[in-house]
Order: sequence, then structure tokens, then C-alpha cells
Amino acid sequence: MSVETERSSTESSAASGLDFEDTALTLRLPGSDPDRKRASTSDPDCPSPTAAAADSPPSPKAQVVGWPPVRAFRKNALAASASARTKFVKVAVDGAPYLRKVDLAAFAGYTTTSAAAYDQLLAALQDKFISHFTVRKLGNEEMKLVDAVSGTEYVPTYEDKDGDWMLVGDVPWRMFVETCQRIRLMKSSEAVNLAPRAAR
Amino acid sequence: MGRAGGPAAPPWHSLPDEVWEHAFSFLPADADRGAAACACHGWLRAERRSRRRLVVPNCYATDPRDAVDRFPSVRAAEVKGKPHFADFGLLPPSWGAYAAPWVAAAADGWPLLEELSFKRMFVTDECLEMIASSFRNFQVLRLNSCEGFTTAGLAAITEGCRNLKELDLQENYIDDCSSHWLSNFPECYTSLEALNFSCLHGEVNFTVLERLVSRCRNLKTLKLNNAIPLDNVASLLRKAPQIIELGTGKFSADYHPDLFAKVEAAFAGCTSLRRLSGTWDAVPDYLPAFYCVCEGLTSLNLSYATVQGPELIKFISRCKNLLQLWVMDLIEDHGLSVVASSCSKLQELRVFPSDPFGHNGGQVFLTERGLVDVSASCPKLESVLYFCSRMTNEALVMIAKNRPNFTCFRLALLEPRSPDYITRQPLDAGFSAIVESCKGLRRLSMSGLLTDLVFKSIGAHADRLEMLSLAFAGDSDLGLNDILSGCKSLKKLEIRDCPFGDKALLANAAKLETMRSLWMNSCSLTVGGCRLLALKMPHLTVEIINDPGETCPVESLPFDSPVEKLYVYRTLAGPRSDTPDCVQIV
Repeated sequence: MSVETERSSTESSAASGLDFEDTALTLRLPGSDPDRKRASTSDPDCPSPTAAAADSPPSPKAQVVGWPPVRAFRKNALAASASARTKFVKVAVDGAPYLRKVDLAAFAGYTTTSAAAYDQLLAALQDKFISHFTVRKLGNEEMKLVDAVSGTEYVPTYEDKDGDWMLVGDVPWRMFVETCQRIRLMKSSEAVNLAPRAAR
Repeated sequence: MGRAGGPAAPPWHSLPDEVWEHAFSFLPADADRGAAACACHGWLRAERRSRRRLVVPNCYATDPRDAVDRFPSVRAAEVKGKPHFADFGLLPPSWGAYAAPWVAAAADGWPLLEELSFKRMFVTDECLEMIASSFRNFQVLRLNSCEGFTTAGLAAITEGCRNLKELDLQENYIDDCSSHWLSNFPECYTSLEALNFSCLHGEVNFTVLERLVSRCRNLKTLKLNNAIPLDNVASLLRKAPQIIELGTGKFSADYHPDLFAKVEAAFAGCTSLRRLSGTWDAVPDYLPAFYCVCEGLTSLNLSYATVQGPELIKFISRCKNLLQLWVMDLIEDHGLSVVASSCSKLQELRVFPSDPFGHNGGQVFLTERGLVDVSASCPKLESVLYFCSRMTNEALVMIAKNRPNFTCFRLALLEPRSPDYITRQPLDAGFSAIVESCKGLRRLSMSGLLTDLVFKSIGAHADRLEMLSLAFAGDSDLGLNDILSGCKSLKKLEIRDCPFGDKALLANAAKLETMRSLWMNSCSLTVGGCRLLALKMPHLTVEIINDPGETCPVESLPFDSPVEKLYVYRTLAGPRSDTPDCVQIV
């Protein structure tokens, strides 16, 4: 009990700093990855951060024990609710024998801002079904999953809260995460009857 | 004291003690009673025999048996243990503050004890068992930020205290032994008025809870833990519509119109509800279910609700009679400006950080503007705790001008040593304005870039200041000297990571005996300095605290060895004997 108090103040910082690595399903406890940076003890001579840091997005900084002065109880509650913010949905692929699950909350959006225009969600789906697909980028920026062997195209679709099957990519990302109940990678040939895609 | 010889003593000298005891019962503060007790032996006798309520803010300031001997008629006792900075992980877990000697002394000398409160102390199951078996009229148990006990101890309380009215467990670390503490309330037991188990992590038997709530018609306060789903919260409210204070369980669920209607109807029945808390992981979908109680709410604690956006603001804006509001910084400046215009009676505001360590990287749009708005528009605002990422002197000056009635002002800038973000200057001018304007200021926590200048102002102006918290501030011993030589009412001083050394402490050693305690860590203290202080002031206990595992005896260290953590407090009891290896009393 008393050990928990001390542990919480130094480790919860790592635990609350959940990023993609932490939400990946492994058998490790969250925050116990030995490779990650840990909270350092306070250094009284540490110079104050430069002025430039004030307005730019905060980068992960070396942590000072006990600052900001947030009680351990609150820190633990924040960490617990951060880890609760997941949204795992089932992913079914036409023709595959079993389903997978993907955590939508772990992604920032459909695409990254990098020049490669790499679709995060679809890339993750590619990861899961690695024996099946490659991601083919078509001329009009649309992303399709293509089975490397048979050449079949798959279109990502999802079931929303009303039970309707929609094409992935139409609504803003946050709304998509809110409303998506499950994902189905539908064979392109069957996808023609879905709601028309809004003009990009 | 009767005078030898001379004219006959005035007639009131012969009044019986009961008259004095009755007179003293009108004195509002313990300090007044203490002052009366110093007047003469007669008054001392009458006062101490009639004292019913005793607060011991530092459990090591006196031996528990002496306290019980001096005040034999106490019915309600409150004892506090660890220093405040223990909350932030700065104290080794084995430091002390054991409740056992207090419980033992109370069991011996206060058989009629009705209320017991412990804060930041180590309470064991044996303590709880002793409480349950020693006081036949025990009614109120409050444990705040304690640890060391399990649900088995709670089971002893619920089983043994037949007249229990209040069981308040706030932010304790409790081991769940799956003991059926809730079921141990006998079926015939109906006197519960307040129950708070929000800090328990495990499941409780809901049927048992429901039956308990149903039969305790005087239940006014109910604070659930987050293992209780929304559906069950609604059911409980149906059974206890007379509730005044509610801490909800988990307030998130997938949206279902049926559940929403159930929750809404349940709240509609609670016409006496004034205080609301809990709301773990609240989702916006269900906030409108609260709308019917908003008008009546005086206290709202949404500080664990990670909800943001328009729903949150809409909800708070309906709470026109709020006196106390605790929220996360997800409310942002815009939300606080709505609070400013809606909650004109607001007295206390606390804004907590949703991302204190910058892990989520997301920008939260809470700045100094939010605080400026609320200070400008809420005339009764007197207590503030505000976590934000930036501040300016101009904002602080404006706040000080608008709200000279602050009694408690705590500002925590997330980055240590943050300057005024526009002028890049230290925040001396801003905080000086606060202490100069707010003549009734009793508690102050400062942060940001601060030089010795600000301490000059504080020492000179903060006459009513009782508690001061400093972090990463100041340039030299002059700063600490200004504080200790001024601040007439200072009781508690806690300092971390400031370049203060022995000189200021030794020069103001006598001041320390007028204070309750001093905490310093990561400053520039030396073993030699601390030893000198201890020699100079025999009524102070001077504790040097190392990290657990480091037990190098202080005697063998050279004079100028650095001291990482220091805790100094006045005591009548001499040095304590329950120190762990990492604590040394010089």
C-alpha cells in the first residue's frame, strides 16, 4: 500500500504518457517497457527551458519529481482514464476466416501529414492482414487495399451507430471514431451500392 | 490566581466552573479558548475540562497521551500527519505519522469519543478494529489521504459501530481484501447519514448497497466509486431522493435513450441535491440528464470528468447558484468566460491540469485569460487554485485589483521558472500586486520565474499569510530571510528547489518556533547548518530525510554535506522514536 504511493508518483508519469506503443496489445504492463525514457529525479540546477518553448507544442521533457503539484490520487485517476480511452472495433475481411480488432483511438486520423500520404488506418489494417494485402495508391488519392495474390480490390467500409454501412473516409475523423461500430473490408465489386462518396 | 492580601477578590472569582465552561462554549475558535486558558488556573481548568473538539494539525507536536490528559472531555478529534508535500511524492513512504498511538490513547482516555478524523496518516486494520470496539457511541469516521488499511478494517467498523452516522473515505489507498464491509452493516441499522467510498477500487455488492440506502432515510451524502455503473446510480437515486450531496460512479456509457430517460427521471426526483462530484469519464451525451438539478447546485466537482466542449459549458452555465467549482483545464478560456458571466455567486474555483506532464501533446486553450475573466466578474471569489501554462504580470495585477478579497491564491504554472510570456520578465510584479492588494490573504502558492524581489513584498505586506508554498523561486538567502523576518502570521512554509541555505534559517531560528512547520527540499542546506539549528532551538525537531535505502548516519558526515530534504516542526514531545532509517533527527 505504502509502496504504491511512491511508485505511483514516479511511474504514473510513464503510465499516463500513453502513446501508440502502449496501446499495442502486448503482455507487458503499461509503462513497464524498459526501453522507454523514465522520470528523472529533480535537478535543482536545471536551467529553465528556453523562451521558445512557451508557444510551440510541448515536447516530452525530462520530468521533475512532484511537479506540477498533482496529487498521486489524481495522477492515477488521469492515467486510468487515459488507458480507458480506447475504441476497439472488429475488422472483418470478406473471405478471411477470422476477424481482427483495431483501436481507432490510437490513430490521429485517416492520413498522416507526411508527404507520403500514408493512410494510417489502412496501413494498420495492412499490418493485421499482412499475408493478404498491399496498399495501392491510385491516381485520385483514393486508397484501396489490394490482395497481392488475386488482385482483388477491397474497399474499407464501416457500420455506424444507426446500423448503416458507410464508406470509410467521408466524415471527419473524430465523428468516424465516435460512430464506427465495426469495419468490413468489402470486395470492390460488392461496394458499388454504398452511399455515394462526397466530392473531395 | 488569587492575590495574597489586598482588597477582596471580585465576585466573579467565586463563580463555579460550569459557568465558565458555558461562557467558553461561545468562543468560536480554538485559539480563543487557548488564550482564555492562559488567563488563570481557574480558567485553564474550566476550559480544558469543557473542550469538546480538538484539532491536532501535526501529530508529532505532542504525545497523544498528553493531549488526552489535558482535554479529558473531547468528543471529536482530528489529527493530521504527514506534511503537505507528501501528496506529491516527496516523502518516503515509511516516514511515519502512525495513527495507532492516537487510537490507543483515545481508547484509554476518551471512552465517549464520537468523531475521529485522520489526514495523511498511516492507519492500520488494527486501529480500525480498536475504534470499533472502544467507543460505544462512535458516530463519525473520516479518513483523508491515509493508507495502511484494508477493507477488512472497514468491515470491523461497519460491524462494530452501531451508531455510525458518517463514514467518509477520501482519497485513501485501501487494499481491497474483498471483505464484505458493506454487508456488515446489520439489517436493523438505519442511522447512516453520510457514506463516501469513492476511493475504493473494487466492486461492492449492489443489492446490499441498495438495501442500505433504502432503509437509511436520513442519508444525506452518498459518494460512490467508479465501479458503479450509471444504471445503478439511477436506481440508487430513486431510493434516496432526499440526498444533498452525491458523488456519482462511472458516468460514461454508450448512449441509450432508455438509460438517459432513467437517469434524467432519477435526478428530477432529487430536489434537495446541492453538491455533485465524481462523474468519472463523463461523456457529453449524459450531461443533459443533470439539467434539472443545475439550478440548485452550490458545489460542483467535475475535476475527474475528462469531458470538454459545448456540452460541458452548457451544463455549467445552468448552475447559476454555484459557490464552488472544480474543473479540468479542458474547460478552456472560453468556458471560464461563460462561468464568469453565469456563476455570479462563485466563491471558490479550482482548475486542474488534464495533461500535467505534456504527454498528450495536445494544446489546451486555458491561459491567464480565463482567470482574469472569472476574477473580474465574480465578486465573491476568494479562493483559487489554477494550473495553466502561461501567465503575465499584467494579468496578475488586474486580478489583484479586481479581487482584493482573495483569502487563498494558488497558481501552478506547469513549467518551472516560467517568466511572463510576453515581456519575458519574472513574475515578481504580479505576485507583489496580489499580496499588496489582498490584505486578507491566508494561503499563497507561487510558481513561475521569481527573484528575491517578490519576497521583499511578501515579507512586508502579507501580514495575514498563514501558509506559503514556493517552488523554483528566488536567487539567494535574502529571499528566505525576508519571508521569515516578515509574515507575522506564518504557520506553514514549504519550499522546494530554491537556492536558500542555512544562513537565513539560523538568523531566524526563533521564528520557526512560532510556526507549525517548515519543509525544504532540494535547496542549499547543509548538515552542519541543520545541526546548529537543532542546537539553537531545543523545542524544534529537525529531521533530515534521505531517500529510502540511504542511511548514512548524519554524525559521520562533514559539516557542509548537502541536505536533500528537511522537515522542522515545533513539538512539546521531544524527538519522536518511530523514525525509519532514512530519517535522522539532529
